Amino acid sequence: MSGKTLYDKIWDAHLAHEADDGTCLLYIDRHLVHEVTSPQAFVGLRMTGRTVRAPDKTIAVPDHNVPTTLDRANAATMTEDSRIQVEALDKNAKDFGIHYYPVSDVRQGIVHIVGPEQGWTLPGMTVVCGDSHTATHGAFGALAHGIGTSEVEHVLATQTLIQKKSKNMKVEITGKLRPGVTAKDITLSVIGATGTAGGTGYVIEYCGEAIRDLSMEGRMTVCNMAIEGGARAGIIAPDEKTYAYCMGRPHAPKGAQWEAALAWWKTLYSDDDAHWDKVITLKGEDIAPVVTWGTSPEDVLPITATVPAADSFDGGKVGAAQRSLDYMGLTPGTALTDIEIDTVFIGSCTNGRIEDLRAAAAILKGKKKKDGIRAMVVPGSGLVRAQAEEEGLAQIFIDAGFEWRLAGCSMCLAMNPDQLAPGERCAATSNRNFEGRQGRGGRTHLMSPAMAAAAAVTGRLTDVREMM
Amino acid sequence: MEKFDKLSGIAAPMPLVNIDTDMIIPKQFLKTIKRTGLGVNLFDEMRYTLDGAEIPEFVLNKPQYRDAQILVAGDNFGCGSSREHAPWAIADFGIRCIISTSFADIFYNNCFKNGILPVVLSKEQVDLLMKDAEKGANARIEIDLLAQTITSSDGEVITFEVDAFRKHCLLNGLDDIGLTMEKAASIDTFEANAAQSRPWV
Ligand code: SF4
Repeated sequence: MSGKTLYDKIWDAHLAHEADDGTCLLYIDRHLVHEVTSPQAFVGLRMTGRTVRAPDKTIAVPDHNVPTTLDRANAATMTEDSRIQVEALDKNAKDFGIHYYPVSDVRQGIVHIVGPEQGWTLPGMTVVCGDSHTATHGAFGALAHGIGTSEVEHVLATQTLIQKKSKNMKVEITGKLRPGVTAKDITLSVIGATGTAGGTGYVIEYCGEAIRDLSMEGRMTVCNMAIEGGARAGIIAPDEKTYAYCMGRPHAPKGAQWEAALAWWKTLYSDDDAHWDKVITLKGEDIAPVVTWGTSPEDVLPITATVPAADSFDGGKVGAAQRSLDYMGLTPGTALTDIEIDTVFIGSCTNGRIEDLRAAAAILKGKKKKDGIRAMVVPGSGLVRAQAEEEGLAQIFIDAGFEWRLAGCSMCLAMNPDQLAPGERCAATSNRNFEGRQGRGGRTHLMSPAMAAAAAVTGRLTDVREMM
Repeated sequence: MEKFDKLSGIAAPMPLVNIDTDMIIPKQFLKTIKRTGLGVNLFDEMRYTLDGAEIPEFVLNKPQYRDAQILVAGDNFGCGSSREHAPWAIADFGIRCIISTSFADIFYNNCFKNGILPVVLSKEQVDLLMKDAEKGANARIEIDLLAQTITSSDGEVITFEVDAFRKHCLLNGLDDIGLTMEKAASIDTFEANAAQSRPWV
């Protein structure tokens, strides 16, 4: 018999029931909840008289539609339906006795940033949330994926999820990254290579020297976008960096429990003879700073490239590529670095952590954004924001002409007033460039924080290596 | 949950690939705390102009497709976010079955929880049904979940695969949570063991 992958090991350790037809009940260690995908689930519980089975394993935080402007304590800044949603979460958290970080708490932030920051996310766990970017937590060697609202209700009521096992895919990034190339460029390049459906039906394990060399925050950026490649989850085996990150966090184990946990965590890796259903290898040296040009995260090109022609794609994609070009208002043959932007958004669960802000601030230090550009930085959590202020990063952003916001999802999905106007073009550090994602008619180019900062200075898509 | 066994209806063609959840239901409609009422905003940005007027060329605005109960769509339907508002909007509009070569994972799961049958077929089969759908209101497609067959308007029969458990739940309109709660003893045992082996969780 062949060995097991990391995914196999975590799966086996959480199998609560297996029916004859192979349908499994997977036990859930951490259930993260936010205001947008949970109200209907709590209504369901109330209607059926059910309770939350494990409130101590359930953590809630409002993030998706809370305003990020400094005056948000004043409820009038929120539309009525947003306010109702947040109030529903306040009430549900209280009534069902789950852990809660309300808007007024400095620890509030994007759910995928708060979980790791507070030590809720640990190696070997199963983590779910009614949000597709739950894959982020895979950076810890946890099996983490997004679920729908009916499943949120199912997990609340039973602490399990009905699942069928996925296939195993290995994505190896060998060697070293070149200067100016980041975790964001890795994850976008992988999607560019596999396509947005390339991972469908798989759990991806990212490995190789370039992945090992990443910080925990970089690894979170990589796993965050596993879903953009269609994978159910992305995962990275835990190592010394993982343990060091977890140690001392508020909800991480301590003392003898820490030792016991560590002993188990050290068994969490894919065996040499494990079976992989698919393997993809990229050379770290071959990865360039990239941007997206179209309306799918697979529309990735090195910043040195030009806008492609629709007929350069294969059969089925020609129409989609033409639609993307029309939507994005781009002419084939234009150098990507000649594309002028209107807005810069630095934030999101992909790139809203302290290292992301440091990378952007390093480019912006002593510089100013180009006149006429709207630029904002939205830290991923209140604690990231506080740390950035302490390190002097906030001042760099402010001096460069950026708005310095409070924590939340903000213009990543534009549920609150942070939106693009029709035709407005944005350099964004978030994860989706879909039509209308950042506001109806808005045009999004995805990139790393340093690249977004560089774009703010020049007013066009820019190769960050020229500013380093 | 509403049962699904047989359906005979009009199919609307949407040959676009990668139809994502932001297209299906844009975020401004996620602020609801209810599951119903989203049908009018299904495909909102493709369906209406900025000032709310219908865009006549959009397939579901065409007279022959306004009552469509089936969608035939391009590859990778439902990619993007986990928002269950997408299948809620689709179901609320009246669509009960979606046919494509592939679906995004979370969306596919979400369909079954809402009485919608997602059917995966080969490229050739989807092309055939797409042509059928393009014929408009006279071309009714029949779907029989029990027999796992789709019959085109010309009488061509296509069989499809579906997971046995999901089929059972859909045919009987069963609530997952109730079914899982019947296995509470297994969950109790698992939890007790895990409390010993991984007490830090
Ligand atoms: S930051 Fe964006 S991707 Fe992340 S949870 Fe918020 S809306 Fe989703």
